[in-house]
Amino acid sequence: MMTFDWLVTPLAYGFMQRGLIASVLVGALCAVVGCYIVLRSMAFLGDALAHSILPGVAVAYLLQINLTIGALAAGIAVALGIAFLSRPGTLKEDTAIGILFAASLSLGVLLISTIRTYAVDLTHILFGNVLGVSPGDLWLIGGLACVVLITIVLLYKEFLVLSFDPVHAAALRLPVNLLRHLMLILLALTIVLSLQIVGVGLVAAMLVTPGATAYLVTRRLSHMMMLAAGLGAFSGVVGLYLSFYFNVASGAAVVLTATGVFVLVFLLAPHKGVLWSRRRPRM
Amino acid sequence: MTRQHNRPGSMAALHEEPARLELYHVTVAYGEYLVLDDVTAQVPHGARVAVVGPNGAGKSTLFKALMGLVPLQAGQIFIHGRPLGSHHDCVAYVPQREEVDWHFPVTVADVVMMGRYGHLGWLRRPTARDRAIVQRSLEQLGIADLAERPIGALSGGQQRRTFLARALAQEPHILLMDEPFTGIDVATLDTTLQVLDQLRTAQVTVLLSTHDLNLAATYFDQVILLNRRLIRYGPPEEVLTPETIMETFGGQVFWLEPQGDGRRMATASHCCPPEQSISLRRQ
Repeated sequence: MMTFDWLVTPLAYGFMQRGLIASVLVGALCAVVGCYIVLRSMAFLGDALAHSILPGVAVAYLLQINLTIGALAAGIAVALGIAFLSRPGTLKEDTAIGILFAASLSLGVLLISTIRTYAVDLTHILFGNVLGVSPGDLWLIGGLACVVLITIVLLYKEFLVLSFDPVHAAALRLPVNLLRHLMLILLALTIVLSLQIVGVGLVAAMLVTPGATAYLVTRRLSHMMMLAAGLGAFSGVVGLYLSFYFNVASGAAVVLTATGVFVLVFLLAPHKGVLWSRRRPRM
Repeated sequence: MTRQHNRPGSMAALHEEPARLELYHVTVAYGEYLVLDDVTAQVPHGARVAVVGPNGAGKSTLFKALMGLVPLQAGQIFIHGRPLGSHHDCVAYVPQREEVDWHFPVTVADVVMMGRYGHLGWLRRPTARDRAIVQRSLEQLGIADLAERPIGALSGGQQRRTFLARALAQEPHILLMDEPFTGIDVATLDTTLQVLDQLRTAQVTVLLSTHDLNLAATYFDQVILLNRRLIRYGPPEEVLTPETIMETFGGQVFWLEPQGDGRRMATASHCCPPEQSISLRRQ
């Protein structure tokens, strides 16, 4: 009965209920989108997009409109900017990201430095505030998470071939650039929704860690995505409980839970795990 | 550029059948450097063409141009009399081994099914017919028993067969194969040659890049000698002369003694990096 109480007690609070639902949604969403990030070695892009959202948030704050809308506008603008600068025959994608990421982050800091009373909100943006999720936020997160996940399911085979073999995608006459832009927009949406849970500073971990963990134990993209989603949601719930009982920052607790799972799998996974290969040096 | 070496008359070989793949003055540049310079050739339907030239000769670029992946600085490409780009997915491409991400979580069957994606269309799942075609392609290449294997767990020969099976599943009119004979085992070479015979029966036009002059002379109807510009195009017995080979490969040719049938054999070095072969051409 002790365990049961331990699990149920936090649910008496409305903010914890909303926080848990939001953590599960965002944990799963980040993990699914993050599979493409892991497979295409774009961890840098995820991190950069998250940081480049800052000026949007600052402008929204100054204009007194919804911060999420500001973040969304900035995220999509930067995603399309990266796509534009890294068109075939111009800059490499990571170079374009480097330029826009630093410029956008600087603009954000510049704008924020003009605001005196910003300290609290800035901390929330940087590291998340899952316990401050309002019912309205929850609807927004739920709705947009559905849009992103449904798009990924419907375009599964197109995104698969684009990630695995862009040349084949072009030979099939798929609209490669359109799909690339769409993937960046989905990533931007995911990052914006994650801000409230883990913040700008930690989004990259939620994108990459569950996907990397799932990669170690699966052989097909669809399985990798489903397992990653489960791990992301699990980390969200466990992290939030840890945060509740030990009174520590929730975003950091969620990320460290995901990291803990990764370390375990990295050591123990069959075939690819470190300990497995030490036990069987022949393989 | 050494334009005085162009001999437009020599490449317009006359054919009885109508040419179904036509290149007129195709010119591709990366920045200021001409990679393909004024290439004109008419390939009849169902022909088997070896594209022969040293590293950096523009063989891969020629294939990319045929897939519409690189913009043409000048010239035109027609397939079945219509300009490139107005077709569905009738050009299939078998990539070089180095171009593929072998750590991607896909199985052999997944990769071969990607050949069907162009026929499937948006939001469609594979039908029983698509699965039957995938199964037939796997059997043709002798890898049906490997269908559920992740591609990272295949031998080099099995990996090549997987991508050739994907190209067959695409049911193309034109098949481009980039260096399929480099570092290949005997069994896979035999299978590849068998598949080439089946493709001839099915009237599929095959363009295959290779260093191997013996294979080019033995198994192909036509040879394109390429070193950024088209040196010569026609049947191997007309095209592969000591003079043209010397002109194509420059210092990279090693001469062997004449064989029993009087045919002189030559092989080209594989080891020269592109920069070196380019500098050889310039001297």
